[in-house]
Amino acid sequence: MPEGQQPILELQGITKSFGGVEALRGVDFALLPGEIHGLVGENGAGKSTLMKIIAGVHTEFSGRFLIDGHETHFRSARDAHAAGIAMVHQELSVAPDLTVAENVFLGNQPTNALGLVQWRRMAREAGEQLARFGINVDPMSRLGDLPIGLQQLIEIARVLFSGARIVILDEPTSALSPPEVERLFTTLRRLREEGTAIVFISHFIEDILRVSDTVTVFRNGRKVAETASAATTKGALIEAMIGRGGEALEHSYTDDLMLPKPSDSSVVLKVDQLSLARSLKDVSFEARAGEVLGIYGFMGCGQQELSRILFGKLKPDTGTLIVEGASKTFASTAAARRAGIALVPESRRAMLFHQEPVYKNISISILDRISSLLLKPAQERDIAQRQVEQLQIRPPVVGLDLGMLSGGNQQKVALAKWLTYPPKLLVLCEPTRGMDVGAKNDVINIVRDLRARGLAIIVLSTEPETVLSLADRILVLKRGALVREFKNEPVSKDRLLEAA
Amino acid sequence: MASSETAPAASQRARGVATFLRSQMRNIAPFLTLIFLSAFFAVASPSFATIDNLGNILTQVSVTGIIAVGLTFVILCAEIDLSIAGIANVTGIAVAYFTLQESYVNIANIPLPGAIAIILSLLLCAALGLVNALGLTVIGIPSFIMTLAMMQIAAGISALLVRGQIAYKVPSLITTLGSGSIGGIPWIVIVAAIMLLAGHLVLTYTRFGRYVYMVGGNREAAEYSGLNVKLILGSVMIISAVCSGIGGMLGVAHFGSAQQNEFDTYLLDSIAAVVVGGTSLFGGRGGIGNTIVGLFVLGVLNNGLDHVNIDSFLKILIRGLILLAALIINVYAQRLREKTAE
Repeated sequence: MPEGQQPILELQGITKSFGGVEALRGVDFALLPGEIHGLVGENGAGKSTLMKIIAGVHTEFSGRFLIDGHETHFRSARDAHAAGIAMVHQELSVAPDLTVAENVFLGNQPTNALGLVQWRRMAREAGEQLARFGINVDPMSRLGDLPIGLQQLIEIARVLFSGARIVILDEPTSALSPPEVERLFTTLRRLREEGTAIVFISHFIEDILRVSDTVTVFRNGRKVAETASAATTKGALIEAMIGRGGEALEHSYTDDLMLPKPSDSSVVLKVDQLSLARSLKDVSFEARAGEVLGIYGFMGCGQQELSRILFGKLKPDTGTLIVEGASKTFASTAAARRAGIALVPESRRAMLFHQEPVYKNISISILDRISSLLLKPAQERDIAQRQVEQLQIRPPVVGLDLGMLSGGNQQKVALAKWLTYPPKLLVLCEPTRGMDVGAKNDVINIVRDLRARGLAIIVLSTEPETVLSLADRILVLKRGALVREFKNEPVSKDRLLEAA
Repeated sequence: MASSETAPAASQRARGVATFLRSQMRNIAPFLTLIFLSAFFAVASPSFATIDNLGNILTQVSVTGIIAVGLTFVILCAEIDLSIAGIANVTGIAVAYFTLQESYVNIANIPLPGAIAIILSLLLCAALGLVNALGLTVIGIPSFIMTLAMMQIAAGISALLVRGQIAYKVPSLITTLGSGSIGGIPWIVIVAAIMLLAGHLVLTYTRFGRYVYMVGGNREAAEYSGLNVKLILGSVMIISAVCSGIGGMLGVAHFGSAQQNEFDTYLLDSIAAVVVGGTSLFGGRGGIGNTIVGLFVLGVLNNGLDHVNIDSFLKILIRGLILLAALIINVYAQRLREKTAE
């Protein structure tokens, strides 16, 4: 860090608690202009909380908050915005029904003297901005029609080009394909040259080390290390994050991994010639009992649509699902659930009730098995308590509102919903996305345990590590079509990326 | 993402009373409003705080209460039903239409035995509810628009049945329940109490009730949990229509006549009762308990304003302002709750 440079943002002794739980304890943090500052830490370590304080989302905390050396107190996100601070949240927040151009200019569309929106100018400028970012799309197309990865890039582009002096990116790369990540990094480096300060939060430590100048490590609400990126290694950072030797936990999957012989156990699900509009083309495969089938592909390759069809949320144009020999067309997700199929979608928000207690979240999918008419709350709590203990959900209080749990623990609750009466087929979308090393390992162990109990499991992911760490057999989905099957052969991250 | 991994259970339990109170804001605020209004009118008018007047208030809110039971289910699911008053009206008219009227009533009606008249009327309101349900779930028309159309359809059927006339006779069972009393307690109050209690039991203690709250709390999550969301939404629309129909039949007996536009004020009153009571317009929060408090707030307000010397045209404005205040609290309570859950 250059000596004597005035930090653009400085935090001193920040402490923040949520209902008696301390999320941050006396954290100091300084950000220099023209710096990319990486932030790492396990889920719940306090990274997101700190960033939300900077972005004016959390306004009640103790400690000093200085911008350009002047003490400041934001009362809202609007104040932070006015001070030149912009944040891209982990969860996509775009307006899918508006055009790409409207999304890029959301909140400050160019207008003429009458206050009317200048559509042509907006479209042209949006197109130019996105082109700088290497995105070539029609600015007048509906954003929701684009693949998710592209939507995320457009959201990031909007924030990067909004003229903010401080940009916070929370897990920006998790939904991006490798070439998209490259484009993002090129843009970040250019903004750094222009003097923008960037905070980069990610679980992908390689990404942090590649793009950032400085790395800060959080553990349990405290800042435990701050170092120049060039002077540290992935192993050292993981060790600081979790406080024990990390190399053994985080497998790099760069070497070949031998897949086992294909299982000859009974076929639970047979998918035959499934097609859906532009998303899927003639997809056929089988999922067997006691086997984890991994489906890998870049964002927007049709994984999401495939998982929704399996769970009765989407109807395919053509093709059939055969569950244990019987051909099925699901009229609703309830029908799929009764047929023994369970889905954990990639977004926790989409399957959890944040304002309800943990036990109601766990029991909702099995209520019809434990009660025909009247509820049995005591039994619900018992079942939930068992799941909470088995999956080591923290804190182990089933009456607590789900929103009080950290992201990794919420993900475990999402799994717990389906485990009391295990389904025949469990479909997991991005089961470890956005999780820290420890929680990832917990999930991997849970999935292995379920496989041992004879479930058929399908894991869909855009992260090669996730598929490699879990699957016995791997299919590669590319632009809606299955292009490669790996079985009983060596496989590695490189080979997967090559196939996709 | 609070660092709840580090949170010992004890400190969770030791969460401040303030946090609890904030999360209970939607239940406390309407109750305080009720106490405040009652105290105000008790001081302002000697005739307000009497046993007789309590009976009046109970009777006055009964029809609204019966309709509001079903509406509570709908609003808990984050939907709305604007056809409640229309369906109440058409059901009340239908039950009179199927009853033998005095010779001076000039309606080409179809007299049937009382029990059959009641069953046919109930089938009618259930069928209209089913149309609402199908429009909402199968076709995908937003409930706001679907029930707006149904409001008009119900008014149209009512108009065709009575053709501007007024009918007076309804089956004797309906007459008794609507305008009779037992041991000094009006039957209509008892029916309203039973229906409110039944609604509360269903919402609190049955699986269906839980589904209603979960669908209202997060519809997408309910679907990804394998619930048949459309079936639940359709059911609440039918429940709402049937409650409205019962309210309409008893209302006709209570007023002593069946005619066009008789229930128009009940649309706003029922929605107001549910929302003033603190049930969230965004779904998933509230319940029959809230609706009961809301009914009393409206009942005390309407009744109390009659006991004090006040410009009768001003009353309408005052009611509007109270409703606005309740809506502000409703939205504010939702925000506090979300902050607490963050």
